[in-house]
Amino acid sequence: MKINVNGTTHELGEINPQTPLLWVLRDHLSLVGTKYGCGISQCGACTVLVDGEVMKSCLYPVSAVGDAQVTTIEGVAAKDGTLTPLQQAWIDLDVAQCGYCQAGQIISAEALMRKNPTPSDDEIDAAMNPNLCRCGTYIRIRNAIKRVADSNKSGQNGG
Amino acid sequence: MSTLNYDGVNEITEFFTRKSLAGDATLSAQIFKLDRRQFLKLTGMVGSGLMLGFALPRARAHADHVDFNPNGYIKIDQEGITLYAPNPEIGQGVKTSLPMIVAEELDADWTEIRVVQSEINQVAYGQQFAGGSTAIPSNYTKLRQASATARAMLVQAAAEQWNVSSSTLSTESSQVLQVSTGRKISYQDLATTAASLPVPSSESIKLKDPKQFRLLGTRVTGVDNEALVRGEPLFGIDVTVPDMKYAIYQKCPAIGGSVKSANIEEIKQMPGVVDVFTLEGNGNIGELLPGVAIIANSTWEALQAKRALNVQWDETQAAKDSWSAARKEAARLAQENASQVANTGDFDAAMIASTATASGFYQYHFVTHAPLEPQNCTAHYKGDSLELWAPTQTPGSAIRTAANMTGLQPSQVTLHQMRCGGGFGRRLYNDFVSEAAAIAYRSENPIKLQWTREDDVRYDLFRAGGFHQMDGCVDENGKVTGWRNRFITFAPGGRPASSVSGGVFPGGMIDNLRVEQAALDWTHRCAAWRAPGSNVFAFVVQCFLDELAHAAQRDSLEVLLEVLGEPRAIGRGWRGQGMHTGRAANVVKLAAERAGWGKELPKNTGMGVAFYYSHAGHIAEVAEVSVGGEEDTVKNRSGENVVRRKLTVHKVTVASDVGPIINLSGAENQVEGSVIDALSTMMDLSITFENGRAEQTNFDKYRIMRASASPAVEAHFIDTGEYPPTGLGEPVFPPLAPAVGNAIFAACGHRVRTLPISEEGFYLA
Repeated sequence: MKINVNGTTHELGEINPQTPLLWVLRDHLSLVGTKYGCGISQCGACTVLVDGEVMKSCLYPVSAVGDAQVTTIEGVAAKDGTLTPLQQAWIDLDVAQCGYCQAGQIISAEALMRKNPTPSDDEIDAAMNPNLCRCGTYIRIRNAIKRVADSNKSGQNGG
Repeated sequence: MSTLNYDGVNEITEFFTRKSLAGDATLSAQIFKLDRRQFLKLTGMVGSGLMLGFALPRARAHADHVDFNPNGYIKIDQEGITLYAPNPEIGQGVKTSLPMIVAEELDADWTEIRVVQSEINQVAYGQQFAGGSTAIPSNYTKLRQASATARAMLVQAAAEQWNVSSSTLSTESSQVLQVSTGRKISYQDLATTAASLPVPSSESIKLKDPKQFRLLGTRVTGVDNEALVRGEPLFGIDVTVPDMKYAIYQKCPAIGGSVKSANIEEIKQMPGVVDVFTLEGNGNIGELLPGVAIIANSTWEALQAKRALNVQWDETQAAKDSWSAARKEAARLAQENASQVANTGDFDAAMIASTATASGFYQYHFVTHAPLEPQNCTAHYKGDSLELWAPTQTPGSAIRTAANMTGLQPSQVTLHQMRCGGGFGRRLYNDFVSEAAAIAYRSENPIKLQWTREDDVRYDLFRAGGFHQMDGCVDENGKVTGWRNRFITFAPGGRPASSVSGGVFPGGMIDNLRVEQAALDWTHRCAAWRAPGSNVFAFVVQCFLDELAHAAQRDSLEVLLEVLGEPRAIGRGWRGQGMHTGRAANVVKLAAERAGWGKELPKNTGMGVAFYYSHAGHIAEVAEVSVGGEEDTVKNRSGENVVRRKLTVHKVTVASDVGPIINLSGAENQVEGSVIDALSTMMDLSITFENGRAEQTNFDKYRIMRASASPAVEAHFIDTGEYPPTGLGEPVFPPLAPAVGNAIFAACGHRVRTLPISEEGFYLA
């Protein structure tokens, strides 16, 4: 079986097709930025993008990926390493505490902003509610998203 | 009664709860005791006159330069300046804040330094743990002294190179300067000379006047922020070592049960399974419980094997805990006198002489730590040594238990500190390290032991539930004159999970005060959980004080300030920094003022105030909430009918006095996070037990608060310059629940006395 992750096609060899994408990423491809938190699609630590749509990878069988493009936290920045405005906002606003949930948070926020570059507070809440933060950094997560949304409004990030 | 022993579990818990409040040095020595041989060997090294008494790292010579390694915190070489962060990072920010202290006193350019997590070395660093909000206060002076010494040596090196007096020189941005001549030289270029100099005596070292601080007190972003947003491997769970296999350990769902039989041969035939075996456990409930280990080629294959594993458990020794039975027994005990813990004045006489009284039965459920990174540990046993990669808050005790599991000496165990995906007290206990070591001991390959979320909850060391029968009174002036706190706790292994004392608020502030305690038999392990003791006592005592203020028909803020009284120190407190009523009153007044206490509020909206002293921090919080109308009647967890009501927490204003702030960004983050954690916990978090089993084992039933319910949080800090800094990981947690509880009463007249308050029908908008 083959899957495409962050623009690279990986040959997985013989693998149980029911293996959740999460464990394929972590154990087979050493892409450990995507995290295990609950295994029942409740916490969002394992969130990835599948063809641009948010997906909890802990219950998503690898066989379901097919020809879709998977994007993990390792593939969010540009190929040359340039961070996205959201990643930069996460650094500048010092969002993380333990940081364990933040890969999933950033993936959810990226998916939101790609579809809706200027989300309202309610739209931010709806997009981010699936992602738990045990340390309670929700306020800073929202502020980071709003900072990027505000600069999108004023056209600084190319709208 | 179970024959399991709880050695270590209770000691650690006590250390991080009431014993640490008294600064008990004996217990500290006991918990952090070194292996004797290692101790003698290492102290011998110190005696031989190593630089500054630090054992590592030694300076390394290169072709034409020598690294300047004055102590375990600083290395200056041709690559630049590296600062070593000694304590575990669990989200409290010490991988950033501790090196900030070093950089400040060293006058290093923060934008150019590199921060690395240090190795474990008790001689170089002392006790390296994350708990009790101690990392800042226990390291502050030590780091400043070590860094100022290094700075003095760099100045001396420049003085010798330029042949001038060191008194003509100053430092800034990793350079020594001579202002009169405009000469400058970088620390890197001074490293070789500095490394050859004798270490000046500590008496000759002058620390900076805090007024000269350039870095401390400013907002500095976390040193791992970029690695985090790029998804780089930082956490224990991210560790991969060559030839590593993946392990799962299945224990009895009722804690303490042992393995009768299991379909081990069948499981061994499953795809990807490398080995399956039974471990008997060592009888210590804090180390190794009986179970079945599965080693596989991937986590998923191990999990599939676990699913197919069929174990017959012997539950003779297992927990029989029942929350519903415990509640009934507690309600009965609440009506009887319990063992007297403290008694000042005459409570009974005060009640008889009183003008008004209040009485309330408070209760709180068990909760689990639930750090988002489930417990895990990678272990490689090599016959005469053991290498560990562990996300632990207490690496020293992790090394000792791993040695115990493998028959090695602690000196043969190497532990790499990994970033922890949350701690909250869970990782003070190293049972997951014990298991990993025991499994690795029987494995050809290095193994990564992974707990599932269900394991993480079921085998947690819980914050114990508890019950308080509260009674009190006021005199004709509305002054609180009598107070009785009758506490019913749980006693795993025969020792109370939590204890009240005469020092619990309002001890020392009320004339007639009686404190009593009783305990219920229990088996599940209970332990330190963010702000142990205080995290629930604050709710009980600050809400009950509000009840008395209401009974006296007085303003809650006015009564709180009256109880605090004249500025004075009360008790020895934590690390010798006891509660001071003046500091308390100052934060209370500041929070009230910034929140607009007393202002006109819309209908069904109210404000509540609460103060609590914990971990040497003085914290006041004011919550502003709205309560919706009565909705439908539903059954709560306990099978009682309750009326649902919507709660909106608009804003929480927090005033803290924790001495000087090291990293303002980190401090504000801790305040915001503590408020949200405390709100989440008080709203709906509960673990109940029946038939010896936890009834909630994942986030579907243990519903941590979501982003949309977050209130606005305003953080204010008081620093009078009179006190040393203390930690901020814990003390903001306790006052939140009573501030919200009191605000609910102000908004709608309903007095919440149960945590979580979903038990009384409240849910967050």
